[in-house]
Amino acid sequence: MAPRIGVVTFPGSLDDRDAARAVRLAGGESVSLWHGDATLHGVDAVVLPGGFSYGDYLRCGAIARFSPVMAPLVDAARGGMPVLGICNGFQILCESHLLPGALTRNDSLHFICRDQRLRIESTSTAWTSEFTEGQEIVVPLKNGEGSYVADERTLDALEAEGRVVARYLEVNPNGSRRDIAGISNEAGNVVGLMPHPEHAVEALTGPTTDGLAFFASVLGSLVGAGVAR
Amino acid sequence: MARVVVDVTLKPEILDPQGQAVQGALGRLGLGGVTSVRQGKQFVISLEGVLDDSRRTQLEELAATLLSNPVIEDYSLSVEDAG
Repeated sequence: MAPRIGVVTFPGSLDDRDAARAVRLAGGESVSLWHGDATLHGVDAVVLPGGFSYGDYLRCGAIARFSPVMAPLVDAARGGMPVLGICNGFQILCESHLLPGALTRNDSLHFICRDQRLRIESTSTAWTSEFTEGQEIVVPLKNGEGSYVADERTLDALEAEGRVVARYLEVNPNGSRRDIAGISNEAGNVVGLMPHPEHAVEALTGPTTDGLAFFASVLGSLVGAGVAR
Repeated sequence: MARVVVDVTLKPEILDPQGQAVQGALGRLGLGGVTSVRQGKQFVISLEGVLDDSRRTQLEELAATLLSNPVIEDYSLSVEDAG
């Protein structure tokens, strides 16, 4: 049985379909989760997709954080279940305090949409084990509030503990501290990523198929852990 | 009726590109000597009845979790009318 990966749809989610498709292309079974669900329906991992949950009102991700589905998700994530937050999903993970720091308005004030070169800095997370350390990839980036900020002590700790998962190369598109494009929690099961690997899984629509390895990684992690076969 | 005002501002060390854009516009519109603009949010919350201690505590908690993000923002809560 393929691992079951839940993809949460919030009001205003945009990329839930693409995330579900990426899960399937990587060989997993995608399970649609609704923000109003008080259960995760027994999934093995969860993707919080990109978009504009609750219209980005208040702060990006601030209202989604209090959705019914987030209570069991936060518990499961603390218990080791793999969770990937992409773009708005990353913002929700920060608002939920599953990841440190916050994402603020791009320093240019412009919404940025481009194919972005990244370097994978850590392959010891549940979502990046299929990469090689230092591997360079190109995936789409599209955000208005993608500037990663945290205090210097937190940034130093992230670097020292190997929790910077991906960094922007060539250009820092949004003013993120230390060119950070993605981070993980201490255990490595929760990853937040501002760029969009789910849009780079097919040659027809993506700049590359580099994004697929994130989804293949979690399937490998789950099978390796005996959670799914 | 009670009324509570919560002001949320970015912490001083957080870059505020919107505030900077407003600062630029103020200068272009002829206002000299503007050294800084920081943009924030204000929530004016009207409540039925009287604002007792337990509701006030609840509001403080919500100001620190929902209305502001303590990683990047500070808030101040003032009771304009306790009802």
